[in-house]
Amino acid sequence: MSRIKERQPMPQQPAEERIKNFLEVALGYSEEQALAEAQRCLSCKKKPCVEGCPVMVDIPEFVALAAEGKFLEAAASLKKNNSLPAICGRVCPQEEQCEKFCLLGKTGQPVAIGRIERFVADYEALHSNGNIGEYEGPKDPMLAKYGVAVVGSGPAGLTVAGDLAKMGYSVTIFEALHDTGGVLRYGIPEFRLPRNILNREIEYVQSLGAKIVKNVVIGKTVTIDELLSGGFDAVFVATGAGAPQMMNIPGENLNGVLSGNEWLTRINLMRAFRFPEYGTPLKKPKKVAVIGAGNTAMDCTRTALRVGAEEVAIVYRRSRAEMPARAEEIENAEHEGVKFHLLTNPIRFIGDDKGWLVSMECLKMELGEPDDSGRRRPVPIPGSEFIMEVDTAIIAIGQTPNPLIRTTTEGLKTTRWGGIVIDEATGMTSIPGVFAGGDAVTGAATVITAMGAGKIAAKGIDKYIREKYGLPVPSEEPVQEESKGNGQNP
Amino acid sequence: MKPDTHDCALTAAERSLREIVEAGATNKVLRKEKLSDTIVLFELDNPLIARNAVAGQFVVVRPNTLGERIPLTISDADKVRGTITIIFQVVGRTTMELARIKEGECVPDVCGPLGTPSEIENYGTAICVGGGVGIAFLRPITKALKEAGNEVITILGAREKSLLILENEMRELSDELILTTDDGSYGIKGVVTGPIKEMLDSGRKIDYIFAIGPMPMMRAVAETTRPYGVKTVVSLDPIMINGTGMCGGCRVTVGGQTKFTCVDGPDFDGHEVDWDELKIRKAYYFAEEQAAKEMAAKEEN
Repeated sequence: MSRIKERQPMPQQPAEERIKNFLEVALGYSEEQALAEAQRCLSCKKKPCVEGCPVMVDIPEFVALAAEGKFLEAAASLKKNNSLPAICGRVCPQEEQCEKFCLLGKTGQPVAIGRIERFVADYEALHSNGNIGEYEGPKDPMLAKYGVAVVGSGPAGLTVAGDLAKMGYSVTIFEALHDTGGVLRYGIPEFRLPRNILNREIEYVQSLGAKIVKNVVIGKTVTIDELLSGGFDAVFVATGAGAPQMMNIPGENLNGVLSGNEWLTRINLMRAFRFPEYGTPLKKPKKVAVIGAGNTAMDCTRTALRVGAEEVAIVYRRSRAEMPARAEEIENAEHEGVKFHLLTNPIRFIGDDKGWLVSMECLKMELGEPDDSGRRRPVPIPGSEFIMEVDTAIIAIGQTPNPLIRTTTEGLKTTRWGGIVIDEATGMTSIPGVFAGGDAVTGAATVITAMGAGKIAAKGIDKYIREKYGLPVPSEEPVQEESKGNGQNP
Repeated sequence: MKPDTHDCALTAAERSLREIVEAGATNKVLRKEKLSDTIVLFELDNPLIARNAVAGQFVVVRPNTLGERIPLTISDADKVRGTITIIFQVVGRTTMELARIKEGECVPDVCGPLGTPSEIENYGTAICVGGGVGIAFLRPITKALKEAGNEVITILGAREKSLLILENEMRELSDELILTTDDGSYGIKGVVTGPIKEMLDSGRKIDYIFAIGPMPMMRAVAETTRPYGVKTVVSLDPIMINGTGMCGGCRVTVGGQTKFTCVDGPDFDGHEVDWDELKIRKAYYFAEEQAAKEMAAKEEN
């Protein structure tokens, strides 16, 4: 049987249009496209794609249901393992995960699993009239007397909260900001993840019974120790990697130099692009340099275009091959007109006599021997200094875990760079009853790895509480997922 | 081992933390007072923040769902009533919007206590200097320094008499109170640095100075004390968004190092602060702030 080698293309807003608005760039499949794409799946027995999924979604199952047009059933299947499919369908790097292992990819293009996932999740939202599908209430209502505190309402926190609420625990999510979602809201711009989709997914987790308390900074308002002694049986720390790395070069505190986090927070969380309707101001940039080449950097460039910048460039010290951003995001930025100054490293920000950034002194680089990360080390070319005129420089060279919890929780083991140390099998930290996952453990990674960590920790927390109180461990529950985990089912 | 009954009682008391925490805080304005034409006091229901707040810490407040996040120093925290007191001067759009909230209504977002607490110890003789609305923020620090055993001399300064707030409260907390107004309408005519310099010149032993108020005042205090080498701590209020070390918008250079005011401060050694840089950074959004203020003033009318 001959299969269509090419996947269904994703309809997009044209680049020249979309840079004038904050509406979603990728428009999503039509029903016909979703059917056609789902029907490309070979339904192979070995299910290699599932192995590529950090939360082990039964991909062939939901894709097969979609191929029959049973989209609501497909959504229910997805939601067994993934509480946030509409988000994952949009922001997962599928090319490095499920789709990387798709057999079709060996001879042509892999099944566009992420795009089908997105379609199915959106379809359900449109057609299920707000009810939450298959959910029939918590598995064990007796567990409601046990309280679990979840610190952070980003992807890891939402996953743990959703899973534990489904089991029957009383879950309270503490969010430091005035709005939910963590990096999904302050970091990812709405043209990649529309706010109604994000709100819908968070409402889903709330509908499972999880409470969200905003404006509470664990480590400041209340400490972890206080949570444990104050009636919570376990704590899950999912505080992300929110502390921006700066470059520590001269002129970094000039007006016009911002961290990627500040730039994105102003625009995404505070909606400064709609100042003065919204209270938070934004200086309209003209010539923007974004330093770094990860997904955050791409988001910074593309938001800069949308707030009216005339010229936007990535400045990156390595070459194209080493850029950490998703290929799709780099392509999107390029189509929208972002320039790439590769093998270029700023060494000094230069201001005018009033303290405003006017230019940046850069050095040209070349690639030397591979470094610890396995990537070739950028080496400065002597005498290659040059001046780049910019009025706004956004530093997006990485984020590290926020030290607030580390510095206020005695006995919490962390790595040299501040990541929380956990037992990989359970998610438990060096403190009994305290679990952690997501970027707070790994450093800045992806939404789906954070969710994968959340899945493991939810099971770890369940086991911990059951053992602590001598509760029976239900036999059937995790078997289904675990048997799929080894990918070796006959 | 403690008897069972005691454990039970303890647990019941502690369980209430989970209850408090799960319920969140209403931020209801239990008391609203006008301390002057432009200075407003709110006592807010927030048992969570009141529990752990200590002198020198602040909250981040958002006046409405479209509003900006601004830092405000916690002026008082009542652990028994479960309330915190914030005092602010109406200077721009956000504070105008905040001032519109009536007694009995709620402030949508109040987050804290944030920042590193002030370093309180028995230094010996301490001068507490407050300027304008900064006097409100000086209160908890003065109180803490007094309780730690210091001899406390308080110097309060304002442009004119009507802006000189909390005189009686501060008098009660201090061993000595000196008042200054720019126009001489009350107390000594002149600025706060006058009496400071006089005291230092007189050879009186001063061990510690804490100053909070408008940036030029804090800077002037730091410059006055610099030649005498008296430790001078200031509480900075740069532009801030997040308040938990996430964005770096509140960067200041202190002793040649970049610090985030929200987590490393707000207290810093006044002799080490790069005041010129801070002045520039505070004016980052000056044009936008002016436009927003005009807009809000129109709304007001």
